Amino acid sequence: MSPKRAPAILVLEDGRVFEGEAFGAVGETFGEAVFATGMTGYQETLTDPSYHRQVVVQTTAHIGNTGVNAADEESRRIWVAGYVIHSAARVVSNWRATRGLEDELAVQGVVGICEVDTRALTRHLRSGGAMRCGISSLDTDPKALLAKVKASPSMAGANLLDEVTCAEPYVVPANGQRRFTVAALDFGIKRNTPRRMAERGIETHVLPASSTFDDIAAVNADAVFLSNGPGDPATADHQVAVLRELLARRIPVFGICFGNQILGRALGLSTFKLKFGHRGINQPVRDETTRKVEITAHNHGFAVGLPSREHEHSAVGPPAGETAAGAEFDTEFGRARVSHICLNDNVVEGLSCMDIPAFSVQYHPEAAAGPHDADYLFDRLTEMIGDNISA
Amino acid sequence: MPKRDDINHVLVIGSGPIVIGQACEFDYSGTQACRVLRSEGIRVSLVNSNPATIMTDPEFADATYVEPITPQFVEQVIARERPDALLATLGGQTALNTAMALHAAGTLDKYGVELIGADIDAIQRGEDRQRFKRVVATAGGEVPRSAVCHSMDEVRATVAELGLPVVVRPSFTMGGLGSGMAHTMDDLDRIAGSGLSESPTSEVLIEESVLGWKEFELELMRDRNDNVVVVCSIENIDPMGVHTGDSVTVAPSMTLTDVEYQRMRDMGIAVLREVGVDTGGCNIQFAINPADGRMVVIEMNPRVSRSSALASKATGFPIAKIAARLAIGYTLDEIPNDITRATPAAFEPALDYVVVKVPRFAFEKFPGADASLTTTMKSVGEAMALGRSFGEALQKAMRSAETSMPGLWTRPDPENVSLQASLESLRTPHDGWLYTAERALRQGATVADVAAASGADPWFVDQLAGLTQMRDDVAGATVLDRALLRRAKRAGLSDRQLAALRPEFAGEDGIRRLRHRLGLHPVYKTVDTCAAEFAADTPYHYSSYEDETEVAPSDRPKVMILGSGPNRIGQGIEFDYSCVHAVAALREVGFETIMVNCNPETVSTDYDTADRLYFEPLTLEDVLEVYHAEHDSGTAAGGPGVVGVVVQLGGQTPLGLARALTAAGLPVVGTPADSIHLAEDRGAFSKILSKANLPAPKHGTASTYAEAKAIAAEIGYPILVRPSYVLGGRGMEIVYDDSRLQSYITRATDISPEHPVLVDRFLDDAIEIDVDALCDGTEVYLGGIMEHIEEAGIHSGDSSCALPPITLGSGTIATIRGHTEALAHGIGVRGLLNVQYALKDDVLYVLEANPRASRTVPFVSKATGVSLARAATRVMMGASIATLRAEGLLRPHGDGGDLPSDAPIAVKEAVLPFKRFRTVEGRGIDALLGPEMKSTGEVMGIDAAFGHAFAKAQMATYGAVPDGGKVFVSVADRDKRAVVFPVKRLADLGFTVYATSGTGDVLRRHGIEYTPVRRHSDEHPDPALRDAVELIGSGELSLVINTPAGSAGVRTDGYEIRSAAVVVDTPCITTIQGAAAAVMGIEAMMRGDVTVRPLQELHAAMDAASPTRHRD
Repeated sequence: MSPKRAPAILVLEDGRVFEGEAFGAVGETFGEAVFATGMTGYQETLTDPSYHRQVVVQTTAHIGNTGVNAADEESRRIWVAGYVIHSAARVVSNWRATRGLEDELAVQGVVGICEVDTRALTRHLRSGGAMRCGISSLDTDPKALLAKVKASPSMAGANLLDEVTCAEPYVVPANGQRRFTVAALDFGIKRNTPRRMAERGIETHVLPASSTFDDIAAVNADAVFLSNGPGDPATADHQVAVLRELLARRIPVFGICFGNQILGRALGLSTFKLKFGHRGINQPVRDETTRKVEITAHNHGFAVGLPSREHEHSAVGPPAGETAAGAEFDTEFGRARVSHICLNDNVVEGLSCMDIPAFSVQYHPEAAAGPHDADYLFDRLTEMIGDNISA
Repeated sequence: MPKRDDINHVLVIGSGPIVIGQACEFDYSGTQACRVLRSEGIRVSLVNSNPATIMTDPEFADATYVEPITPQFVEQVIARERPDALLATLGGQTALNTAMALHAAGTLDKYGVELIGADIDAIQRGEDRQRFKRVVATAGGEVPRSAVCHSMDEVRATVAELGLPVVVRPSFTMGGLGSGMAHTMDDLDRIAGSGLSESPTSEVLIEESVLGWKEFELELMRDRNDNVVVVCSIENIDPMGVHTGDSVTVAPSMTLTDVEYQRMRDMGIAVLREVGVDTGGCNIQFAINPADGRMVVIEMNPRVSRSSALASKATGFPIAKIAARLAIGYTLDEIPNDITRATPAAFEPALDYVVVKVPRFAFEKFPGADASLTTTMKSVGEAMALGRSFGEALQKAMRSAETSMPGLWTRPDPENVSLQASLESLRTPHDGWLYTAERALRQGATVADVAAASGADPWFVDQLAGLTQMRDDVAGATVLDRALLRRAKRAGLSDRQLAALRPEFAGEDGIRRLRHRLGLHPVYKTVDTCAAEFAADTPYHYSSYEDETEVAPSDRPKVMILGSGPNRIGQGIEFDYSCVHAVAALREVGFETIMVNCNPETVSTDYDTADRLYFEPLTLEDVLEVYHAEHDSGTAAGGPGVVGVVVQLGGQTPLGLARALTAAGLPVVGTPADSIHLAEDRGAFSKILSKANLPAPKHGTASTYAEAKAIAAEIGYPILVRPSYVLGGRGMEIVYDDSRLQSYITRATDISPEHPVLVDRFLDDAIEIDVDALCDGTEVYLGGIMEHIEEAGIHSGDSSCALPPITLGSGTIATIRGHTEALAHGIGVRGLLNVQYALKDDVLYVLEANPRASRTVPFVSKATGVSLARAATRVMMGASIATLRAEGLLRPHGDGGDLPSDAPIAVKEAVLPFKRFRTVEGRGIDALLGPEMKSTGEVMGIDAAFGHAFAKAQMATYGAVPDGGKVFVSVADRDKRAVVFPVKRLADLGFTVYATSGTGDVLRRHGIEYTPVRRHSDEHPDPALRDAVELIGSGELSLVINTPAGSAGVRTDGYEIRSAAVVVDTPCITTIQGAAAAVMGIEAMMRGDVTVRPLQELHAAMDAASPTRHRD
């Protein structure tokens, strides 16, 4: 029902073409096509640095209905490389909205496409896997665009941390009385994370991804937080090395998303690229400690391999029939276990060290967007800090 | 946590008859529950008085009790069955209230029955408004400011504090019965007064008005490990102030940011935990102030509800099925997601489409009723549609509703309605307000104007504005090219709407030809719970104009079954029952079954029912496209494609498509479309009758008053007048004189030579008889002969009837058989035939014959133990009755017309919605029965003797039959003789008799003492006597017997009497035959020998008379 717009096309690297209409900035863009299934939270998605270099396909039918507002931004800018939607809102209706989404995309130069059969595209990505794509509302010749897509960089092997991390350290104060200090390594941190910590009396010192062990030690923090972020964790050798030093000194560590992958690597596990990843806010994860299921926000294209079978992972996930739930394994830092798994596909969603104070999850306890079921993990962080101090 | 091993036998309580606020969604949920429990190896006993349900089919439970859902009868079932547990959260408010009563009476404890799914405390915390308020506060939420009141004094004191307007909500009623918005003190007295009497606990909540706020609902599920998932969010387009059942609703919510949505989700989960629903589903409603986002919790249903059914159909997440599994101990992570099979039920569905539900009203059936929409639910049904955008889903839903407006712009705008008037009318919520809103936009209103007047969120209003713009584009284009047509189709415009905008195409056929020439066909997407993240195993489809279709190729022979669309009066669950049976019958013999329907409440739209489900409107366009998609994908796979289309079982909706579908080349099976037309066309039908020498009442056809008057003069009054081609007796009246005939013709505006009025001689005092029969072209099998208890003139859907017939002799039955055979052959029936006869002076007149499934098919099937719908489906596909006899689907010898003399008597009773409606002034509406159908549902009582069966039917309808107290009697002169005996019996049984003078004189002469009462209309009332209407309105009577005088006008005593009885819910009998039957029932109940027996036993006993018959 949108008014007639300029035509636009989306071309995947395997040559499949989708037609649509220009949305947001007019232009041309390239990135890894991934789909996200959340029905709310498009603004948080767009401003999540983990989506850097990715063209996000929103499966939900209508986008932009509630406009945008400053409070819901998860970082300083929109990160997605391109935006693919079905129906664009014609008006904004929300008492908090300050601007329309499409204006915001245009201002930030984000090229999008609407009126696309996003379901067909999603099904294609599900079977073909996440792949490079291009969107153009300038030149709608599929052949020309395909050639450019094939020339664009791929996500596997990409180190994107320097592009998203903060230039300088900054501090997010605790709400009220400061109880603890946490050094947060910014691999693409979202604003809601320090907010969740601040609520618990934590002062967060956000540090650039390139920080050395000494930089971190200088903060004299009670714990180190490893944030989410874009790119291939296999390239993050510096961060893994720094983390190993932290672990060796029994400094409490809590990682999420990219941070989970870094912890996995530090513990000697491998990481691999999932076929189409987990991107949504309805993913069931079971905490193997309590056996309770939490509905969680995910945004990850890579995952940590199963401890015992790490060389057998195919692109689609763990070996069939294998359950990682509660699996324990030896590491350089003592025993560790798989603390959380995704019930949909058995992917490792959390790691917990049993002999040193360190744990991580593959998903987003800070949510934004997403359900707050995993908020308790920040309580586990403060407990871990408290236990470590009293020990 | 696996299944509990201490539950081996569960009693499931259904929801009883279809009433406003409690429709067939509980058949859907109950059927799912029964299936699940049995698949887990658990014995299932079931109580449900509604014979039209699938769940009461003997195959769905081990012991099926079609008995009244009252504590008394359910206790009898418990005593007989001794179940381990009771599951009452899937049978609506009826089941829940019954379970509460059984608990309160100590019955559950006495028999050691555990209530599973929700405990008593949780139910009370959820439903008791005062306790719920505390629950929300504890959970950290807000509710509208309010106070619970037990008297009018308390009510007034509260309003003094809160100010007007306020919302009045009685406790423990369903569908918002008795609730409403009070803007004035007069409103308050009226609404709170009736609310106090409706509430079983004499309790109403007086609440701060959140009128005009945005309204949302969440459907949640919790397991015993405290895992909680939100299955669906639903946003109401109608703002607060309109009952959610009467609102246009959308899923997922469209106007919330994630921050707001998660706040609502958090609150929902906190409330659910605080209420303590251990396992199962619940529904929580929220209101949000659009100005500042303040959120309040409105209410919760600690059980599966109408919204749960909607959410299940909207998401593919089968709430009732999962709830049943949770109740027996499973946790969400142990239950697989049916649709993906690979992932668990512990997740929250993601939708990549939009779902819109629209209500279906029946105000035309209740003249005088206030048609504005309030917090009391008034709709009788609903239609749901799915699309890839809101506009598409909305427009599909609007045409699915099958109202007089089949989509925007399909009828001319009303003349001389100014913009101001349009906006003004939007201020009062009303049926069809979306049409008014769209018109206002075209008249020049801004989105803000319409949003302010209607209270709808501007986003939704803007979507209408987008459609208005699309209209302009389509109407203004020089050429309807492919790009424009595609855009219009993507916006949800039907061919019919396009044809209305582009008259040069000469109707929707012209648009369709153009569209097909341009290669524009819908594709079919899949409801998969996960927005395509995982592969779906279940072909649950909806159409959209997109790039890629998901219809899987199949080389099996396919049969399409067209459902019946939204429930309405005259077309309800009975037809869904028949459709579901057709699917079962076809699957058994190897066809791939394809269900097309748009009613989210039904079993037919459960993705488990047919091999493939198309959730689509039942219009010609939508059905043809499904056919093309299925047929083409079938033949492309090397198969025969669609080999049959069944239109006979879904009522008038699919039947109305028969000719067009046949003309389009579809293989419509069963009675050919032309034969259907023969039965409906008065002239053609008369020829069939005269050829077979069958008598019919004298009749004629008129298109003017003069013609009608001439016919009346020739055939004599009284006459029955009606428009041709009607459903449920719509517009049908009995007319006794010229002046009323003239007034009828004046009111019936649609009359024309193409749509004439049928005029029949009305047979006074005749016995009406209904027959359901099956014909394969050679043999005729009588399914059942039903004798109406009321005399002819009351619509068969509203009459109570008995099967087998209780007073007909073998000669009459032979005549009925002969007539029915002649009609079946004369019309050319292949499948089902329903005939209505009137027996007067030993002459059997044919009133009507309908070559299709009737409303009584499920009743007949339950009463006789033969599934007529299944057999009919097989006959339509070519099987002979002889074959079906041999297979055991039909009796090997004889049929339902010659049941053994010891067969149980089944009585069907209609359930009427009068008390749902009030006039604008707040008075009751007339509860008089007539030739136009008004009932929403039915119950069945079955027992060895008529009196017992009738008593059960009455109990199932009213909850009780009186066993003493005061009876008021006032009958028409023609009934005075016949009323003596039943009233004498009542007096002997200890009833105190009140009567008006005319009736009283007759009673006294027969030695019956009575207290005289004065007529309400007496011009010189005797001050010593009580007024009849006041007496009834006091609620102290236990029974009213009032038969209308022949020429009953709206304001006569009868009207006042009946409306007063409706308001206070006193049983009111309006026919003399009904009175006699009621007395037999009362006697049976007072003797106390009414017992319960499951259908399985009753049917087995009948089979014993036909020893060669085998059952599965």
